[in-house]
Amino acid sequence: MAIFLNSDSKVIVQGMTGSEGRKHTHRMLKSGTSIVGGVTPGKGGQVVEFERAGVRVFNSVGEAMAATGANVTVIFVPAKFTLSAVVEAIEASIPLAVVITEGVPVKDTAEFFALSQSSSTRIIGPNCPGLISPGQSNAGIIPADITKAGRIGLVSKSGTLTYQMMYELRDIGFSSAVGIGGDPIIGTTHIDALEAFQDDPETDAIVMIGEIGGDAEERAADYIAAKVTKPVVGYVAGFTAPEGKTMGHAGAIVSGSSGTAAAKKEALEAAGVKVGKTPSETASLTRDIMLSLPS
Amino acid sequence: MDLYEYQARDIFEAYEVPVLRGLTATTPAEAKEAAAKIGTPVVVVKAQVKTGGRGKAGGVKVAKSPDEAEARAAEILGLDIKGHVVKTVMVAEGADIAEEYYFSLLLDRAERRYLAMCSKEGGMDIETLAAERPDALARIPVDPRVGIDQATADQIVAAAGFSGLDAAEIARVLQLLGTVYQKEDATLVEVNPLVKTGDGKIIALDAKVSLDENAAFRHPDHAALVDESAEDPLEAAAKAKGLNYVKLDGSVGVIGNGAGLVMSTLDVVAYAGEEFPGSPKPANFLDIGGGASAEIMANGLEIIIGDDQVKSVFVNVFGGITACDAVANGIVQAFQLLASRGEHVDVPVVVRLDGNNAELGRQILTAANLPRLEQVDTMDGAARRAAELAAS
Repeated sequence: MAIFLNSDSKVIVQGMTGSEGRKHTHRMLKSGTSIVGGVTPGKGGQVVEFERAGVRVFNSVGEAMAATGANVTVIFVPAKFTLSAVVEAIEASIPLAVVITEGVPVKDTAEFFALSQSSSTRIIGPNCPGLISPGQSNAGIIPADITKAGRIGLVSKSGTLTYQMMYELRDIGFSSAVGIGGDPIIGTTHIDALEAFQDDPETDAIVMIGEIGGDAEERAADYIAAKVTKPVVGYVAGFTAPEGKTMGHAGAIVSGSSGTAAAKKEALEAAGVKVGKTPSETASLTRDIMLSLPS
Repeated sequence: MDLYEYQARDIFEAYEVPVLRGLTATTPAEAKEAAAKIGTPVVVVKAQVKTGGRGKAGGVKVAKSPDEAEARAAEILGLDIKGHVVKTVMVAEGADIAEEYYFSLLLDRAERRYLAMCSKEGGMDIETLAAERPDALARIPVDPRVGIDQATADQIVAAAGFSGLDAAEIARVLQLLGTVYQKEDATLVEVNPLVKTGDGKIIALDAKVSLDENAAFRHPDHAALVDESAEDPLEAAAKAKGLNYVKLDGSVGVIGNGAGLVMSTLDVVAYAGEEFPGSPKPANFLDIGGGASAEIMANGLEIIIGDDQVKSVFVNVFGGITACDAVANGIVQAFQLLASRGEHVDVPVVVRLDGNNAELGRQILTAANLPRLEQVDTMDGAARRAAELAAS
C-alpha cells in the first residue's frame, strides 16, 4: 500500500535533461522506480540513456501521460520556470506532482496551489526531497539505500532529518517517507500525510518532524487529537532559533511570539504525541512503540 | 527581507498609493535641511527601524520648524529601540489626521493564500487590536491568482464597516496596495495607520513591506534595498560566499548539511551545553547543503573560525546522496585549502559522520590525522564533546 506512491506509480521527470534531473533520474531508476519518461519542451523525441535503458523525452506532460500512462511527475526545473512547469502538470491532470526545486517565489507557489485546488492534482513541495515508499518507488532525491520497507510512516519538513530518522530506524523500516518541504506555502501538509497514513493498512505508527515557523504543527496536533488513532511520535527542530531570523528554510522563522518550537512541542504533547528531545530520542521512542505493537 | 519605512514609502509612491512627502536624514543637520525642503508648518521626525513600537519608544516626534526638526532628530538618532539602533530618520510632512485605520495584506500560510485585514480602528498595535477587539478587524481571504480586484476591495471595506465616499476611496487605495504586493513579490504590505485627513483624503501614513528573497531574479532593483551596514559582518561575508549562515551568541561553531539537521544540531548543542560550566551555546547556524564539497566546507570553516567567540566547532554531517567518504575527503581537503589561504584551524573540531559509507568516511579522517580534529560517532555524543571543549 504505502501512501501517495507505490509499485504501480509510473513516474515522469520534468527537467530530466538538465544536470540535476539527469542525476536524480539515474538514482531513482537504480532504486527501482518505474520512470516512463522525461519532459523538456522542445526536446520531445530524444532519448536519454541511463545504465539499463533509455528514457524517452516528451515535449509536454500531457503528451507524456498519453503515451506512457504516467501518474506521477517529479519536477527539477529551475525556480524561474517552476510555476509554468507545475501549471502544465496540473492542467494535464496528473494525480501527483512532486516539486523538488528550491527557491520558488512564494507568489508562484500560492498561484499553482490555488490552481491545484480545483483540479485532481496533489502537489508535494516545493523545496522538498520528495517521497519514497521503500522497495516500491522513489520520487525525488531521498537516498533509497539507507533504509528498508517496513511499517513506519514518516512525514517531515526537513530532508536530512528525514534521512537521519530513516537510517536510525532502518532495521524496522518504512511504509512511506514524505518530505513535504520547508517553504511557507506547501502543497501537501503534515495533516494530509497524517490522514493518508491513518488510512493506510500497512502503516502502524507515524513519525512527524516539524520545525519553527507558521502553525502547521499546532494544526496537525489538533488533527491528531481528533482523527488519528495510530501512535504518533513527534520531533520539532529550532528551540534555539532567534526571533526574526530565517533558518535555512524559507518558512523557518519565529515571528514575534508565534511559530516557536516550544509552542509546537506543547501542542503535540497535549494531543498525546510523544515528542523526542533529539532526533535519536525520537527514533528510540518510535522503536519502543513499534516493538511493543502486537505482531 | 523587511524594508525600512522610507523604502516602502518610495515603493508605494511609485504605484501611486497616496503618501506624504518624506526625506531621510542620518544627522540632525540633514534633518533640519530636510524639514526646510518639505516646508510644511509641521513635520514629523520618524526613526527608521525594522521593528514595531517605535512611537512608544520615543522614535516618532513632531517638529514645528527646521530647528525643532534638528533637535528632535538629535534625540532620535542613536536611540536603541528593541535592540535596533536608529541610524536614519525620515522627516515627513505633517498630516491633519481626522481618523486612523488599519490595513494589511499578507501570506496566510495555513490557508495557503493571501489574507487582507482591515479595521476602522488603526494606529494601535495590530496584535493588540486582534486580541482585544477581534470584531473590529475584518479578515478577508484573497485569491493569489486574482489579488485585490474591485470586488475584493469592496468586500474588504464593507467588512471593515466603511461606507459612502470613504469606502470608494479606500477601496481604490487597497487595490493599489494589492498591486504593490503582487508586482513587487511582497509577503507583507501593512499600513498602520491608513488615515483620513481633515479634508477627507485617504493617505498611507506609515508603510511596512516585506519582500520575498526567492523572487529576487524578477527584481534586480531589490538588491539596492539591502542595508549592508546593518548586516552582521560575518553574515555578510558568508552571504558573499553563498553560504546559508546565521550568527548566534554562543561559542560552539556548527556546520551541518540540511537546514532541519542544522537547526536540530543547534538544539542538541544547547542541551548538551547545560551540563558544562558557563553553559556553552551554539555560535551560529550554517547549512552547507547536500554536496559538502571541499571548497564549501573550507569556506564554512573559514567563516566560523573568523568568529572570535568560537571555542570549538561541531561538524555534523549525515551522508545521504553525498556519501560520508566524499564528505570526509572534503573535510581533509578543506583543511589543506585553509592552510593554503594562510588560515589555520586553531580551535578543536569535533566531527560526526553518519549514514552512507560512514565507516569509510571515519577511516579517512582517522588516517588524515588532522590536528585538533576528533570524531564522535553519534550526534548527541559529538554535541556533548563540542560543548565540553567550548567550556574548558
